[in-house]
Amino acid sequence: MNFLRVAWAYFRIGALNELQYRVNFFVQLFESFLALATGLVGLALVFSHTQSLGGWSRPELLAVMGIHILMGGLIKTTIQPNMERLMGDVQQGTLDYTLTKPSDSQVLVSVREVRIWQTVDILMGLIIMVVAVIQIQARIGIGQALAFAAALLMGGLMIYSFWLILTTGAFWVVRMDQIVELFQGVYQAGRWPVGIYPGWLRSGLTFLVPVAFAVTVPAEALTGRLTPQTLLGAAALTTALLLASRWVWFTGLRNYTGASA
Amino acid sequence: MRAMLDFYLTQMKMALVQQFQYRVANYFYMIGMIAEPVIYLVVWSTVANAQGGSVAGYTPGEFAAYYIVWTLVRNMNIVLTPYAWENYIQRGWLSMELLRPVHPLHAQIAYFAGWKFVAIVMWLPIAAILAAVFQPEINTSPWAVAAFVVALWGGFFVRFMMLWLLGMITFWTTRVSAIFELYFTMELLFSGRLVPLALLPPWAQQLAAYMPFKWAFGFPIELLLGKYTQAQALYGLGAQVFWIALGAILVRLFWRTALRRFSAVGA
Repeated sequence: MNFLRVAWAYFRIGALNELQYRVNFFVQLFESFLALATGLVGLALVFSHTQSLGGWSRPELLAVMGIHILMGGLIKTTIQPNMERLMGDVQQGTLDYTLTKPSDSQVLVSVREVRIWQTVDILMGLIIMVVAVIQIQARIGIGQALAFAAALLMGGLMIYSFWLILTTGAFWVVRMDQIVELFQGVYQAGRWPVGIYPGWLRSGLTFLVPVAFAVTVPAEALTGRLTPQTLLGAAALTTALLLASRWVWFTGLRNYTGASA
Repeated sequence: MRAMLDFYLTQMKMALVQQFQYRVANYFYMIGMIAEPVIYLVVWSTVANAQGGSVAGYTPGEFAAYYIVWTLVRNMNIVLTPYAWENYIQRGWLSMELLRPVHPLHAQIAYFAGWKFVAIVMWLPIAAILAAVFQPEINTSPWAVAAFVVALWGGFFVRFMMLWLLGMITFWTTRVSAIFELYFTMELLFSGRLVPLALLPPWAQQLAAYMPFKWAFGFPIELLLGKYTQAQALYGLGAQVFWIALGAILVRLFWRTALRRFSAVGA
């Protein structure tokens, strides 16, 4: 599969490039620890005043936090750097260099960049998740584990499609820098299970910005709350979003006049 | 003295006019800022509802009031970022400012102060919408509102001086992000930004009383919400004056030493 070989090549180059700067690893480690400490303090404060939040116990909320950090790490490692570079390319007109390459343009703009030190967050999220699962003392069967992995993968694909659709807006609007900050603000809502939010906000976080599918649904799979309907719904939405993002991408491309025009 | 006042007013007018041009960008930024307090608001209202109506003296309505006033105070809290100093020193912007007969501090304070007026005006419709959605309850009094206006600006000056001092560290080292991030994390926890200070454990509340963070953030909010007696409010305003004065003295003390480092680093 050409797509995988291209992705692997870009990943190797990007990783080799960044691995030169080893101090950045420690900087990233420090920042991630600060963020983790803040999250844990928040959790401790909430549970100093109550026993459960919207039906979720403390270790279950710890699992949600772990998945939130993990997904955040995934976004910051692969999705965000590519989308930011795409925005820059559209503004500067340097997207031409990518479009002239003999590979699928959507694949290229999605795999070019990788920020290897952000994988610290992915690792940290995994560790927290494992600690949380041990605390829940749940016995995760094979089916549950598979459902969790599937939910995580679909959540990631949905966030990617959402980002791509949003970034393709740059073809028309050109300046989209605030969108990144807006998304980061909305993504913070994913630290808590979306069930606690009022109805209109919950719908927004499910269908407008798929944070619910990125964090809460995998958490539901891990804590045994997942219904088959939700999983099927996630699958349907993922397929729809992937197709929509590809269509939007090519429509946007037709609007791109580039540096040579 | 009159010349100073004139300088301030002119700078503020300039800032007002300049920033008003970027209405859309400013609005986008302010709207993006709403996500944070709305999340906290929903979480704590859920906790309050689960605990039979209130938590540490805050009902869901009062949480709504707290976090809506939070958005105004947060806007007033935005001052010169300590990260800007890296640019100023390396790009030589500071050399330009030093040629003026006025300390760069005044120019920056005046500019941000003028900007705040634009921010306050643009905040009003956002507050109206948030109030319509989240139904806040406020038990306040006329003197508390007046004191709030004073405390709001007091908080602005406190945070400005503190972050200016923090930024001055850049004269001595360029590896400052760790120090800055540590400061901001402490501020997040002890200022009343993450949670109202009343919800912190007692030892944390006592600690917070000795730090400058609370007086720039949580104090004005709680003042407007009617959580203080007149004596406590006066004490708080005094604390703000203390931290502003302390900041000014420290800047005065270390500015010359810092500038000597500047000629060595920037040139």
